[in-house]
Amino acid sequence: MRGWRRHTGVAIALDRENVDTDQLIPARFMSTPRAEGYGDFLLYDFRNDVYGNPLSDFPLNAVPNASVLISRRNFGSGSSREAAVYALVDFGIRVVIAPSFGDIFASNAVNNGLLPARVSSADADAAIRKLQQGPLDTSVDLLERHIRLGKMAFDFIIDDVWQQKLINGWDDIDLTQNHKQAITAFRALHAQAMPWAVQVQQTNFRSAGRDTVSQ
Amino acid sequence: MTGRRLLDKLWESNEILRRDDGTSLLWVDRHLVHEGSHHAFAKIAERGVPVAEPGLTFGVADHYAPTRGAPATDAIARMIDTLAANTAKHGITCFGLDDPRQGIVHVIGPEQGLTLPGLLINCGDSHTSTHGAFGALAFGIGATEVAHVLATQTVWQKKPRAMRIEVTGRLGAGVGAKDLALAWIAKLGADGARGHAIEYTGPAVKSLSMEGRMTLCNLSIEGGARFGMIAPDETTFAYVKGRPFAPGGADWDRAVALWSSLPSDADASYDVSVSLDASEIAPIVTWGTTPEDALPVTATIPDPARMSGAAAERARNALDYMGLSPGRALKDIPVDQVFIGSCTNARIEDLREAAGVLAGRKAKVPGIVSPGSQQVKSQAEAEGLDRIFIDAGLDWVGSGCSMCVAMNGDHVEPGKRCASTTNRNFRGRQGRGARTHLMSPAMVAAAAVTGHLTDVRELLKERAPA
Repeated sequence: MRGWRRHTGVAIALDRENVDTDQLIPARFMSTPRAEGYGDFLLYDFRNDVYGNPLSDFPLNAVPNASVLISRRNFGSGSSREAAVYALVDFGIRVVIAPSFGDIFASNAVNNGLLPARVSSADADAAIRKLQQGPLDTSVDLLERHIRLGKMAFDFIIDDVWQQKLINGWDDIDLTQNHKQAITAFRALHAQAMPWAVQVQQTNFRSAGRDTVSQ
Repeated sequence: MTGRRLLDKLWESNEILRRDDGTSLLWVDRHLVHEGSHHAFAKIAERGVPVAEPGLTFGVADHYAPTRGAPATDAIARMIDTLAANTAKHGITCFGLDDPRQGIVHVIGPEQGLTLPGLLINCGDSHTSTHGAFGALAFGIGATEVAHVLATQTVWQKKPRAMRIEVTGRLGAGVGAKDLALAWIAKLGADGARGHAIEYTGPAVKSLSMEGRMTLCNLSIEGGARFGMIAPDETTFAYVKGRPFAPGGADWDRAVALWSSLPSDADASYDVSVSLDASEIAPIVTWGTTPEDALPVTATIPDPARMSGAAAERARNALDYMGLSPGRALKDIPVDQVFIGSCTNARIEDLREAAGVLAGRKAKVPGIVSPGSQQVKSQAEAEGLDRIFIDAGLDWVGSGCSMCVAMNGDHVEPGKRCASTTNRNFRGRQGRGARTHLMSPAMVAAAAVTGHLTDVRELLKERAPA
């Protein structure tokens, strides 16, 4: 994953609260291998009519080069499906701006280089109203935690750890490998304190299902 | 020094290290994977790393599991085959479709004794909070994190803030854990517990069965909390004892002694405390498109004209999607079908509750009953519950996530209205254009009997001895 400090692009608004992960990507598309790209699935049932024809006035269809999405509270609530983030990223979205995010969605976003930028409800509201007149050029400064949207300027909130991760493009598995010794030592202690936690054994075959049948 | 909370004790016992920035590296005791984990297996294959602890990883086919016959499409069959291939490749025990231990991951974990007090449990599914009912630290993770757990058996996590939801009093007849959960979510909002780990306390929680506790913790994420937990007690130990993968012999006594030290200290304090009176809670149904859109079944549909700003706009959108108009009594809303199932409400007690309402009655609308696991199915059949559902006119089918997430082909047709024991009434959740009303198993059974949303207490009254 590549890190980034500053993003400039075109912003659009999705004027809704609680844009949940089932809306971001309906479940029926989730058996698709990632290599095929998830961009077309993003907000599929909003973007298309019942026959699958794109609705031309929907912001994502009207502005296919949009890379910043502004929405309302509780964006990304719902399931842990990282596919919701894949759909945004594969469409080309780099920054989502909202007053609040689902916890799992936000951490999935950061793991894929997508910034979940938290702003006040008032700033989100003002930005959404401004974007009702059409898309706007925007710049997002990750280091300064600052957004410029047309003539508007406002700050956003991001957890320090997540900010660093996005800037540096850190990969957690690489980071964790550096702690291999500590993990091994912990495992040994844990196995002493709670042997049943580390050596999982089937102790009772009476109600184990398969074993019941064979008895 | 103030007392330690259940959250603190669980966190400390699994914390390997804490970075200066406050993020902890936690040891994962049980990692549960399902068909949706294919992205994560692909990630570790790409890096060429093995699974660190195959013995602590368990797989189960549930999200795409067919409930009637063979998989509906090739793509669905491929998802189930891929899980079998990935788990076999890494030496992971997998409860596949033909395994009598198969079922929904959050049903079979506890059922098999894989879920125990004091453990840290991860699964690539947001309803992993269910396992917190045992006094475990259990939370849902995304695919990148699943790959990380596969590769290292650890997870990076910042400790959440602690919220206590205390429920005083007693739940009335016909009112259960589902109503309790929807009540607090309606009160605090779908993001009301965001950033927090919830500990449920109080006499009404303590008196819930393990099934009820699982339903309550399961729905934590619908109020925004990644974690929901209940301190382990005698009810917990009685449930766990003798389960296939639970500790036995001398380990059992040692485990119970350790688990008995987990409840929060009496002088512990919380970042947020909320209190509810169980005796004031009525059977609840949802009317909109998020679980916070929930009201007592005796209420009327709210009027967006009386709300302001984004909330009014959202209510208008929700009512438009749901095909409902303000002011209408919830009890007047007809349903087209019912669904009893899911990780929220498909355990044996849930089925008994629904069967209790349906016994000797006929359903006016079609519906399916999908038990949470093959074990639950066998148990229900041994008790004759399947006959009650079938005699009422409902379909008794196999086990899996089924119509809750509509991945296996079971879905609600566009514009159709379903009374459902599931966890999400999101737009399109049960199928494109599907209209979902969430409620308890007893309430779904009542809706099946009358063909419209119904206060189950009225049906129970008819049954009451004179």
